[in-house]
Amino acid sequence: MSAPIKIKALTKSIWVFHAACSPCNNCDIELLDALTPRYDLERFGIQLVGSVRHADALLVTGAVNKKVVDRIKRLYEQAPKPCVVVAVGNCACSEIMFRDSYNTCGPLDKIIPVNAYIPGCPPKPEAMITGIVKLIKALKGEK
Amino acid sequence: MRTLFEFIIFPGFLFTAIAGMVFSWIDRKVTARVQWRQGPPFFQPVYDFIKLLGKETIVPSSANSVIFLLSPLLAIASTTLASVILWKAIINPQSLFVGDLLVVIYLLAVTPLAVILGASASGNPIASLAASREMKLYSAYELPFIFSILVSVIKLNTIKLGEIILSQQSSGIIFNSFSGVIAFVVFLLTIQAKLGLVPFDMAEAETEIAGGVFIEYSGVPLAIHKLNRIMLLFIIPVFASVLFFGGKFWSIIVVLVLIILIRNTNPRVRIDQAIKFFWRTCLIFSIFAVVLATIGY
Ligand code: SF4
Repeated sequence: MSAPIKIKALTKSIWVFHAACSPCNNCDIELLDALTPRYDLERFGIQLVGSVRHADALLVTGAVNKKVVDRIKRLYEQAPKPCVVVAVGNCACSEIMFRDSYNTCGPLDKIIPVNAYIPGCPPKPEAMITGIVKLIKALKGEK
Repeated sequence: MRTLFEFIIFPGFLFTAIAGMVFSWIDRKVTARVQWRQGPPFFQPVYDFIKLLGKETIVPSSANSVIFLLSPLLAIASTTLASVILWKAIINPQSLFVGDLLVVIYLLAVTPLAVILGASASGNPIASLAASREMKLYSAYELPFIFSILVSVIKLNTIKLGEIILSQQSSGIIFNSFSGVIAFVVFLLTIQAKLGLVPFDMAEAETEIAGGVFIEYSGVPLAIHKLNRIMLLFIIPVFASVLFFGGKFWSIIVVLVLIILIRNTNPRVRIDQAIKFFWRTCLIFSIFAVVLATIGY
């Protein structure tokens, strides 16, 4: 199938997989908030899926530590391409106060390629939606 | 040539797929409105399908790749064939053979079998757990399902779909009788399990077993499995309308709306509760309906 159709269909129907890589759980709560009827992400075709094999976007929260660094690498390899990675929260973006800690393994983009960053501690659901919309625009503009 | 046309375009694959996508959009939109939100755009099922076609297809190294990849094709071929038979019976009631009702029942039974095969072939422990759930569920709901169909057969004294439609048109629909109502209610509950919708969707529960039977599927095979579910969402209401309402168009919509409402107002039950429900309540009621039909109510 030709690349423009692929990208168009991908931006119209993003199935997200939620990967929690040792966050403090606040980011996850806000992430689930964004998926509730109040914000209604289904109108953009965004759906939460349970298996990484169905995912088009990995939403990664938290400062990746030594326990989960292998897992997130494996998850990324298990996801069928094309697949985008979104770093949700300051922890995943830059590790804030956990930087230089004895068991963190560097921010997410040192481990797997990241397509979008959503800063905030935790980011509001509105901020996440803005981030996703920007990501969709970038995907359309690139190709 | 004509058979091929019927199988691929109308009333086979293409027609069923498009109608199923419309039905699936109605399902998602009504669900969204029930939850007081906007809901997906009209072409959402199409976008989902095209997107899945464009994704990478992964076959896990632990899987038996032939069965793993064959299972969606098996499911969709039998669903298409069931749709062709049903629609031919509706369009031209005289055209088919005696016993086509049995063929449709068997063809509808292929989907769960194919899903079980595909899940067990994927080599994933969670998928095998889900396959065992699907198997238990299937063995629980199939008997009430067949008994509720039996009511129409007994009352109209035929196993030909065309005659079921014709005699309902001439002598009143099955749903107007006492046994017909009970059989229809049992049928409605069992198709909820057959379609894998919410009160009985424990075989693919996203929140506990992560997509269940489809956990290892990605790309094109997943697209075909999803399309098969969508097509079933269309042809099972058609089947219900043929059996209980003589194939009238409005009844298809009524059955669809009932399915959506049941799905939206119930939580997912556990597998043991579902089995108890089907083996006790549903089976007793369907036997009751069959007995009533035999003595003429
Ligand atoms: S960014 Fe803040 S809220 Fe999110 S996981 Fe890190 S510390 Fe918690």
